Amino acid sequence: MASNYTVTPEEILAISGVNPRRCMKCGRCTATCPAFAEMEYHPHQFVAMVESGRIGELMNSRSIYRCLSCMACIERCPRQVDPARLIEAVRLAVERKQGGNHLIPDQVPERLEPDMPQQLLVSAYRKYTK
Amino acid sequence: MVYNYFPGCTLKEKAQDLDTWGRRCAEVLGVPLTEIPEWQCCGGVYPLSKDEIAIRLSSVRALIYARDNGGTLVTLCSACHNVLKQTNFDIADDENFSLKVNNYIASDGQEYHGETKVLHYLELLRDVVGFDAVKKAVKNPLTGRKIGAYYGCLLLRPGRKMAMDNPENPRIMEDLLSAIGATPVIYAQRNECCGGYLTLEDSDLPEKRVKRILANAKAQGAEMLITACPLCFYNLKKYAEGTGVEIRYLTDVLAEALGVKEG
Ligand code: SF4
Ligand code: SF4
Repeated sequence: MASNYTVTPEEILAISGVNPRRCMKCGRCTATCPAFAEMEYHPHQFVAMVESGRIGELMNSRSIYRCLSCMACIERCPRQVDPARLIEAVRLAVERKQGGNHLIPDQVPERLEPDMPQQLLVSAYRKYTK
Repeated sequence: MVYNYFPGCTLKEKAQDLDTWGRRCAEVLGVPLTEIPEWQCCGGVYPLSKDEIAIRLSSVRALIYARDNGGTLVTLCSACHNVLKQTNFDIADDENFSLKVNNYIASDGQEYHGETKVLHYLELLRDVVGFDAVKKAVKNPLTGRKIGAYYGCLLLRPGRKMAMDNPENPRIMEDLLSAIGATPVIYAQRNECCGGYLTLEDSDLPEKRVKRILANAKAQGAEMLITACPLCFYNLKKYAEGTGVEIRYLTDVLAEALGVKEG
């Protein structure tokens, strides 16, 4: 659900430690992103939107739950901007407010399958709840 | 020399094959692993944020134990390895992070600055045992078997911190495959993500990713993929049925070659 709640770009920069000004808009992060087709805002757009203060839109986007934290954009960005860190910071800004968890514990049991590794549950909880 | 070992929670449960054969092979190769006492879950994913300190402390405690008991910490699970190695790197490299961590652990009378050497099991084989020695220990060479190494994302990235192999053109698992007599298959998707934890919420993307990885590996001639990551193993296996590509843990295949396990 869309919310009007937002945080400042400064907060996002403090959580992430990223400097979006370093970006040279080459688009390499987006080109290499395995989740790019599932995102309405692509990794290079995150960088530009954080810089121009469009945090609310990012906070309401599905993209923040589609990043796989695969670090391809971190590895391949020629300017060490690390777009995935901005995506993580925006998601954390959502999850840190009350009721902001993306994964509701009650929903988990129905999704469990016998072979699922603990690593999957631990990682999903880390990413989707606070 | 003591090789402290951090198994992690998945290797104690769903990925027991990865763990059991890893330990047995290490024994046979003369580098027995000693599980560290009272380790706690690494958290599965290393935080990409700068401001989360407390959740990194379980890793710091394991690193401190290893420093005080010989100085080396070996992991096998790609995820645990990624978390422990990044934690270790950041403490040595990032002053602000190190300061915050040390403020926390000072109450236990501890101090830590990244002194431990964190090794992935593959590094233990390559750098301590040596692939030549592995080759000499092989009893059942996997001659003629075409096997692809699946690195995924956690084993090598970020390359600057993992410092284990070239993250874009790795060879450590291929070299191991050659040492055990198999024919390594190189394919472009070997270091692209399997879809990871998204599988819990929505398996569409993982399904697309895995099918692409399997098709690519198969087109290059692979009949099997090996991995060190329980989540990759799970995702790959889910869609591998009927493709003719078998999914196995690297230690399972190593155990077969060393004659520790019946093939
Ligand atoms: S870390 Fe996220 S944004 Fe970056 S390439 Fe991977 S899925 Fe895309
Ligand atoms: S790869 Fe780096 S420099 Fe290029 S657009 Fe993405 S964030 Fe900017």
